[in-house]
Amino acid sequence: MSEFALKTALPAYLRSEQERIERIAKDHGLDFFPIVFEILSYDQMNEIAAYEGFPNRYPHWRYGMEYERLSKSYEYGLSKIYEMVINNNPSYAYLLEGNSLVDQKLVMAHVCGHVDFFKNNFTFRATDLDQSGSRSDPVNRPKDYNPNRRWIDKMANHGARVRKHAGRYGITKIEEFIDQCLSLENLIDPHAAFSGKRHGQFGPREDDSSGDLATATREVPRLRSKDYMESFINPVEFLDRQRARMDREQEKSKNFPEHPERDVLRFLLDNAPLDRWEHDILEVIREEALYFTPQRQTKIMNEGWATYWHSKLMTEKILDPSEIIDFAENASSVLRSSGGRLNPYKLGYELFRNIEERWDKGQFGKEWEECDDLAEKKNWNRRSGLGRAKIFEVRALYNDITFLDEFITPEFCIEQKLFSFAWSSRNDRFEIESREFRQVKQKLLFGLINGGQPYIYVLNANYDNRGELYLKHEHQGMDLRIDYAREVLKALHRVWKRPVNLETVLENKPAVMRFDGKDHSESKGKAA
Amino acid sequence: MSLKIDQDHSRFRSIVRGKIRENLKKYISSGELIGKQGKELVSIPIPQIDIPHFVFGDKQQGGTGQGSGNVGDAMSPGQPGDEEGEGGKKAGEGEGKHGLEVDVTLDELAAILGEELELPDIEDKGKSKIISAKDRYTGVRKVGPESLKHFRRTYREALKRQISTGSYAPSDPMVVPIREDRRYRSWKTEAEPVANAVIIYMMDVSGSMGDEQKEIVRIESFWIDTWLRKQYRGLEARYIIHDAVAREVDRDTFFHTRESGGTMISSAYKLCAQLIDTHYPADEWNIYPFHFSDGDNWSMDDTLLCAQVLREQLLPKANMFAYGQVESPYGSGQFIKDLREHFGADERVVLSEIRDKDAIVQSIKEFLGKGK
Repeated sequence: MSEFALKTALPAYLRSEQERIERIAKDHGLDFFPIVFEILSYDQMNEIAAYEGFPNRYPHWRYGMEYERLSKSYEYGLSKIYEMVINNNPSYAYLLEGNSLVDQKLVMAHVCGHVDFFKNNFTFRATDLDQSGSRSDPVNRPKDYNPNRRWIDKMANHGARVRKHAGRYGITKIEEFIDQCLSLENLIDPHAAFSGKRHGQFGPREDDSSGDLATATREVPRLRSKDYMESFINPVEFLDRQRARMDREQEKSKNFPEHPERDVLRFLLDNAPLDRWEHDILEVIREEALYFTPQRQTKIMNEGWATYWHSKLMTEKILDPSEIIDFAENASSVLRSSGGRLNPYKLGYELFRNIEERWDKGQFGKEWEECDDLAEKKNWNRRSGLGRAKIFEVRALYNDITFLDEFITPEFCIEQKLFSFAWSSRNDRFEIESREFRQVKQKLLFGLINGGQPYIYVLNANYDNRGELYLKHEHQGMDLRIDYAREVLKALHRVWKRPVNLETVLENKPAVMRFDGKDHSESKGKAA
Repeated sequence: MSLKIDQDHSRFRSIVRGKIRENLKKYISSGELIGKQGKELVSIPIPQIDIPHFVFGDKQQGGTGQGSGNVGDAMSPGQPGDEEGEGGKKAGEGEGKHGLEVDVTLDELAAILGEELELPDIEDKGKSKIISAKDRYTGVRKVGPESLKHFRRTYREALKRQISTGSYAPSDPMVVPIREDRRYRSWKTEAEPVANAVIIYMMDVSGSMGDEQKEIVRIESFWIDTWLRKQYRGLEARYIIHDAVAREVDRDTFFHTRESGGTMISSAYKLCAQLIDTHYPADEWNIYPFHFSDGDNWSMDDTLLCAQVLREQLLPKANMFAYGQVESPYGSGQFIKDLREHFGADERVVLSEIRDKDAIVQSIKEFLGKGK
């Protein structure tokens, strides 16, 4: 792993801090993979951050773009990256050289929280590499749970695979194809790992959607006969033959795929006419997209959890009294919300604290729910003392959506000054729309469902019996961004190599967007 | 130290270069670069190169926020994402799309400009064959005059020797160079042809030249300057403004003065000729007079005088003479026609009409497209 030109191992004084902090964290019940800290100079940090935490990725210009942005932000003093940690077993975390000791300690405590989350939150099970297909119940994990998550190696292998193709076909060609694939990277099923579905269960088939025969009656047509002649004119063998023929026809006319397919990338990998190198690259993109999925599904919780623990451990155990001011300043910058933006660190942190308090005081359950007396609710305290146990349970069994859906209360919403905003076309700006609990919660959840992205399905891979791809956007009130959608259709065409169609809704009217390899067109109304 | 990301970074840079080329026209006519110009670098804002996905249109989406404010209050515009403590996540997802500023050297910009407008490199007209001999220190050797002793290298050699022979004691860190330790700078004399060039900008600042016209002149001269500077190191620039009389001014005044009154173009041409005679001998200098006006001259007589000065005094000495006519609501625009009549066939006179900001690109091409 240590492929850096410089020594990145921790100096002794930080190593002893690490040991101390990890011991304290374990005493509080945190349970994490082994953590390897490395200390990096700012440009190494920027490089690794540009590679999303990994020392080795496949070559692509967007990492260079990210690097430039990070370096600029650092140089201009706009921001610096304090810490980074990757979901790997053992977990690697990076410290920035030259940070003060308080900061380094804070980062270490924060990282312990993250790694505990990586290990224990169920969504991250999707990144276990020794999947045998069957998943154990997240609660009843084996006591010595020690999954293979050597993603550093896997990412490096991806890099080697892509470089091999680049060596053969030229980086420009490869990179262009990667660009196209990246346009498709969000067309995955984020729950694929838990769906129990194994890939490759459908293979390409002759498909014929010529008629609606599929829905035709199962009644076997008989030849006309008088009653007494029936068994001679329509003998059993004849009827059987007819039935078999009908079954065959029905089989043939079935839609392909049979059910709308959510995992568009999987479908393309299985069915698109890809060259080997194309297949290889698309596969890399899909696997990496799936790797990052759990982090997107739990951003609020993950940051909230890590922040909860670093502030608890720092203030209760780790800090020297002389360091408290520095810590407070740093903590406030982590938790501030500027310009009305939602800060996931703060939201998650406050909600975990809120849950702990409620379960400590017994503010849950039927009695609590049914109580209408505000004063009583306010002073409700059953001394249940279940808070700590509850938040540990929550960190294992929830993702951002279920976390917010279940635990946000109207009181929390007011206390945290949450609001929803929307575009006002009259004033040509975003405006605060509501502070109403229901509305805020709805907006909040809507932004998280499917990662705030549209649902896209493959409906038909032989549309119009011409081998065209037909996708459907399940419209839920918001249109797609059209210029982007056109580009994505182009990318789909590059992979599918036949015209592609997307059924969607544009300005309240059903529409089909189409790219045939040369031109874009949008027709109103459903075509399928 | 070289980083793994360098390759990705350089490919990104070349994509950006392409982007700059695409957008060059926009940059040229917007003039926003001129203000941004630092020492040698200009920052060019380029849109972050987004990878398109199926996403929702911006405006229908909205979202949730946190903080004070009443229903109906405006949201503050997106702030650049705070990245402190990202936990191995994609930085700055979602909100706060950020523009990217890319630093480009003026040289690089000129090269891009040249490529895009297909400007030929300027042929030195052979006047300026001054060879200046220049000494460059290129290396280190063991002998030489004491005045060129390279102290640091000498010290280092001595230290090396002492450490290797064990005569260096860290507690008493005394380093004494002996003869073999001494190092001297060595030099090479390089002959450097110097192409001297001067641009003489002349501008009509009479009442009819408004701010918009001057902005056009400003932008256009910036780009001409940038291009010629790439061609000639040490380009000099002189500025002349004129209404009925001409005078030499500094750059700042040149672009910001507004005079009023009549227009005698000949006054500027005469001053220009005088400037050349006194400071820029024609056999040593590449001379580029550029004149901008709205094409309104006082009288036909003066125009004739202009033609005469041009023919007899300026053209024999200059590489080319460029006249750019900015369209203004007040000017008659006659002057360019007169020049065309007199010098239509003369290759050394380049005439260009600049209708608006968008015409600047074409005008630059006309001025510099001949490689004079």
